[in-house]
Amino acid sequence: MKFETGEPNLYVFAQTLLECARKDRDIIVVTSDSRGSGKLTPFGEEVPEQIVEVGIAEQNLVGIAAGLAACGKKVFAVSPASFLTARALEHIKNDVCYSNHPVKLVGISAGVSYGALGATHHSLHDVAALRAMDNIDIVVPADNFEARACVRAAVNHAKPLYIRFGKRPLPHINDQTAQYVIGKATILKDGQDVAFIATGETVHQALDAAYALESDGLTARVLSMHTLAPLDEKAILASARRCRVLITVEEHSVAGGLGEAVAALLLQNSIILPFAIVAIPNNYTTTGSQLEIFNHYGISAVGLKKTAQTLIKQVQRNVT
Amino acid sequence: MNELEQKSANYRRKILKYIKLANAGHTGGDLSCIDIINVLYNRVMNISPYNFDKSDRDRYIQSKGHSVEALYVVLADCGFFPEHDLETMCRYQSHYVGHPTRQVYGIEHNTGALGHGLSVSVGMAIAGKMDALDYRVFCLLGDGELVEGSNWEAALAAAHYKLDNLIAIVDYNQLQITGRTRDVCRIDPVLDKFVTFGWAVDSVNGHDVAELTNVLLHGPLESNKPSLILARTIKGKGVSFMENDATWHHRVPTETEYALALQEIDNSTRMD
Ligand SMILES: [Mg+2]
Repeated sequence: MKFETGEPNLYVFAQTLLECARKDRDIIVVTSDSRGSGKLTPFGEEVPEQIVEVGIAEQNLVGIAAGLAACGKKVFAVSPASFLTARALEHIKNDVCYSNHPVKLVGISAGVSYGALGATHHSLHDVAALRAMDNIDIVVPADNFEARACVRAAVNHAKPLYIRFGKRPLPHINDQTAQYVIGKATILKDGQDVAFIATGETVHQALDAAYALESDGLTARVLSMHTLAPLDEKAILASARRCRVLITVEEHSVAGGLGEAVAALLLQNSIILPFAIVAIPNNYTTTGSQLEIFNHYGISAVGLKKTAQTLIKQVQRNVT
Repeated sequence: MNELEQKSANYRRKILKYIKLANAGHTGGDLSCIDIINVLYNRVMNISPYNFDKSDRDRYIQSKGHSVEALYVVLADCGFFPEHDLETMCRYQSHYVGHPTRQVYGIEHNTGALGHGLSVSVGMAIAGKMDALDYRVFCLLGDGELVEGSNWEAALAAAHYKLDNLIAIVDYNQLQITGRTRDVCRIDPVLDKFVTFGWAVDSVNGHDVAELTNVLLHGPLESNKPSLILARTIKGKGVSFMENDATWHHRVPTETEYALALQEIDNSTRMD
């Protein structure tokens, strides 16, 4: 199945936010010398009174965002995911989450989007770190549709929110008329042999793998787990009960991400089935573009198909 | 002793009472900054239990969150909650945690980790400018706290945005938990640093309520600049054996010490 290629989520985010900001003067963007990276230059030109530049100071970015939100502003704090969620983590914890000021933290160029720029610029820890914080929702859009929908939903989201995306053009994988609700996973394809539970910019790889498995006579369900907190437990459990094997896919460290969350959920519900976490190993990440890194760690149609075949063989061995 | 000084003496009694009851608290810092909080709530700020939901109220952010007992006794006195609530302070399931939280009516922001309050205050001050509201934002900082780098990020932004609705007050008692600030990591000269960062600065006796009222009540020190007030204070102020002694940072008085301390405070109120 061939999907039409869209824009990078980064562009969709910036366009959608500008559309919203024209109508809602309380929407404020805070940037840390990141308006260019965040494609927010047009935003700054069109509604200059709705952008606050703080310079290269992520801790201050988050603190200022919290203060603005405390005074009723609908604040989007935008910075590369790595700096936003590592350097400013205590400010996220105390000034946003614990103080309960509903800031929208936007981690741009997340995961390994920066590719060959290396580990300083990768954010493979952010989901783990923020999952362990009370009072923040985590959203990772898989395509332009999800990006647009989550930005619109974010504007009036009543609690702290983290939105994470990259900068590679993404295929349109969602039905454009689908309903998007934060906290509710989307079934992009249904099947009963393999369940792929994927998130963010890896979802289309899982979808490609799902279609590729058809030549083996296997059907696969693909869930876009666009919300990682709160986790759509019902959708996960239903998929695990429906399918014979389950594979999670994410652009994050294996430690503390989607895979471990799903594993814990399954085990606590006494569901045991052949299972694999496909993620970035928790060690030195190989050099390359985002897609080269994906390929290297099996986050690709080919790699995921192979993982599925291996798990299906386990099922067959268990049966015989 | 005037009415405001009487209030300070009373607050000092209550701080010690509730620290003793909770068997926890930051005794030295509370006694150091209580006169500042007294003046802010009783003479300077437009904040009360009746306007706390109004967008044009003044804001108070206590960045040195550990001196929470000082804030609690003032908030109770101002009617934000019944004073007897403080009997639960730091006890199992109490909302009165050992650092400020918004679970307590009257508190704007959760603090406790140092180096956070000034950035949040900057955000609140920018919001005030955006909405053309004439509230002021007051932020109380510890002197030991100034070593946190995030303060200086906030200091740059405050000057850049010409936030003359922001007033930061440093509780300059020259002590921190380890000892003298100048021995731990020298931050002096504080005023010069803020001047070069683009702030208007002044320095006052942080226990002289008249001097504090005078400098805090009237506008910014300079228009288009954030104001920094260095309040020269004494850690443990008001109880001779606690004064200028870092070991009282978070020591709880014994029964004997508690009785002696109260006696000293009583005597001070009778002196004039
Ligand atoms: Mg000190």
